[in-house]
Amino acid sequence: MENEVKEYTVTIYTENQIGLLSQITNVFTRHGLSIWSLSAGATSMEGVHNITIVTAGPEKKVKESVQQIEKRVDVIKAFFYTADKIVYRELCLYKISTPALLKNGGIENLLNKYHARIVEMNPIFTVIQKTGLSDETARLHDDLKPVGVLQFVRSGRIAVSRAEQEPVFKFLRKRERERNQLLNK
Amino acid sequence: MITGSEALWQSLIAEGVDTVFGYPGGQIMPVYDSLYYYKDRVRHILVRHEQGAIHAAQGYARAGKGTGVVIVTSGPGATNVITGVADAMTDSTPVVVITGQVSTAALGTDAFQEADVIGLTAPISKWNYQIRTADEVAWAVARAFYIARTGRPGPVVLDFTKDAQVGMTDFRFEPCSFIRSYIPAPKISDQAVNKAVALLDAAERPFVVFGQGILLSGAEKELRAFLEKGDIPAGSTMLGLSALPSGFPLYRGMIGMHGNVAPNRMTNECDVLVAVGMRFDDRVTGTVSTYARQAKVIHIDIDPSEIGKIIPVEAGIRGDAKKVLKILTEKMQERRHPEWNAGFDRCDAVERAKVIDPEVHPGSGMLRMGEVVDRVVSAFDGQAIVVTDVGQNQMMGARYSHFRESRSFISSGGLGTMGFGLPAAIGAKVACPGRPVCLFVGDGGIQMTLQEFGTIMQEGIGVKVILLNNNWLGNVRQWQQLFFGHRYSETRMLNPDYAMIAKAYGINCVSVDSREALEPALKAMTADDQPFLLDVHVMEEGNVMPMVPPGKGIHEIMITESEWYS
Repeated sequence: MENEVKEYTVTIYTENQIGLLSQITNVFTRHGLSIWSLSAGATSMEGVHNITIVTAGPEKKVKESVQQIEKRVDVIKAFFYTADKIVYRELCLYKISTPALLKNGGIENLLNKYHARIVEMNPIFTVIQKTGLSDETARLHDDLKPVGVLQFVRSGRIAVSRAEQEPVFKFLRKRERERNQLLNK
Repeated sequence: MITGSEALWQSLIAEGVDTVFGYPGGQIMPVYDSLYYYKDRVRHILVRHEQGAIHAAQGYARAGKGTGVVIVTSGPGATNVITGVADAMTDSTPVVVITGQVSTAALGTDAFQEADVIGLTAPISKWNYQIRTADEVAWAVARAFYIARTGRPGPVVLDFTKDAQVGMTDFRFEPCSFIRSYIPAPKISDQAVNKAVALLDAAERPFVVFGQGILLSGAEKELRAFLEKGDIPAGSTMLGLSALPSGFPLYRGMIGMHGNVAPNRMTNECDVLVAVGMRFDDRVTGTVSTYARQAKVIHIDIDPSEIGKIIPVEAGIRGDAKKVLKILTEKMQERRHPEWNAGFDRCDAVERAKVIDPEVHPGSGMLRMGEVVDRVVSAFDGQAIVVTDVGQNQMMGARYSHFRESRSFISSGGLGTMGFGLPAAIGAKVACPGRPVCLFVGDGGIQMTLQEFGTIMQEGIGVKVILLNNNWLGNVRQWQQLFFGHRYSETRMLNPDYAMIAKAYGINCVSVDSREALEPALKAMTADDQPFLLDVHVMEEGNVMPMVPPGKGIHEIMITESEWYS
């Protein structure tokens, strides 16, 4: 059981510090875990960044890596989840030749079926956007193949936990109280 | 307004720094220039190679409780300290390394002596930061010292760009005492403590293994009180040595590959194993799958990522060893375990007869390494700080030294860096000028940082260098003998005349190749506080025993080359 390879979503909250991303990916490299997808960006709290990484490995290895990531001074908190503990999505863009698309009927059905939409259309190409889980976006890719996909890109996964409140916010509030206590001493 | 370089010195002084180890170069010259103003407050020790600077700073920190400081130039200056940064990281040593860097405009252009120091040191430092403006200097230095010395200590690298060194700033220093993403001293969990106390109170055969965490948290007294109340025997990791005086009745010796028989055997017989401030290194555990499987394990460490990393635990207590031990001692019951403790004596008797006596009192034949260590340490009445290099000299130094005071054993443990010894001994002596400092080093390791004789000469640092000279890379040779069918591949060394080398550096030296000559040489060595090289020609094919061979459990001990302990 301990060595069973499973997919994990690792969510990391960090300070905005140069070089931190490479420190984090270094930990994955050192433990021989490959990064399947990665996305990074600002959070609703000023100065706090979020990095979401999808990886696969034995739970013990992933846990060890997450602990070592959290140990980095500028990392605020790091968590890891199996898919059932989070709500997550990826964003995909498909570029299709517009003439091919027009020639090939049934595009509307396809868009409806996949809840996808057209974000740009010009005489040369059309860009379709779809948000969803990886297998859905892959299926749409398959269905578009007969028309011909000129380009296909997929974002990293973003995820929110199924907990009512992100534990990191509670943690930061607690740290704020501790800072004030220290300053008042 | 002052320059960034002056701000650096003023910040260092504000952090209580009075000694730095360094080596100048092109991209750190403004810092060296402004040192002129602060020469009365800071002693700069000019080493002969940047690796020497960092190992000296490590020795300084480990002997004297402060943070070691290193200043080097960019590019090769910075890459030359990298081994020491990695060493300080594995051995949790507080050092702050300041590296020069090309100006911000030249960053990333492959400028002369530019190296990506932040990228290179990120995985091997506790924290690193590139100072790009003079205004950041005070903040970065304060943060660096706070991070280096608190929690689980470690090395911090500050990469100081040239324009930040010469830029002007309105200097104001504020010490750092809070970083929201970093919790150095966590709250101790009552639940974990209660669980540990219940285990301790029910234990019939408790055993403690402790490491450098005791020294780092200053928990020597608390450890003694804990052991005495519970009547619990204890073994030390190599880096934990000297946390308990060698004569302390419940101290049962060193654990690990070349540790003592009793604590290694009893690890696999105890019912409760308490690990404090140690991390179950593979040199300590032997094969993990057979390590202390019968025992319920209590692990106390300040670094939560260590708890459960190697050995599954029943109770994991995250916290400072000093505080945790104090709480446990208050809460647990007083116990006596006479029979359990007597079991250690039985193991000791076998080790004494089969290993220790033949090594320390051979009577005839060539001098042995253990014998030399014993005589040297006794010549200083157990008061010396013992520094070792890496290899057989290290194991013999660890096994046959005895200590009265804490922080008296300094060695490269986790990384095993040959060449560590000589500069680390320099640093230890600079930190503790009032104490004798003995270095045990082999003929391999001494040549890796031999140039630091120049530092000893220039600064008049009274280290006593005991060269255990056997014309082999002895530790590798021992493995070749035991596990590679006597195929001595590239381990034989043709040595220079070390007495001539010492003479060239103005260091007193006596070469010894007999038992009779050792005593007068020791007299000469201990007569004053001057630097001294004792070149001892020891038995060439001496082995370190006992030994838990690689791949064996900690209870499977070779007591001699041909006999297993049973």
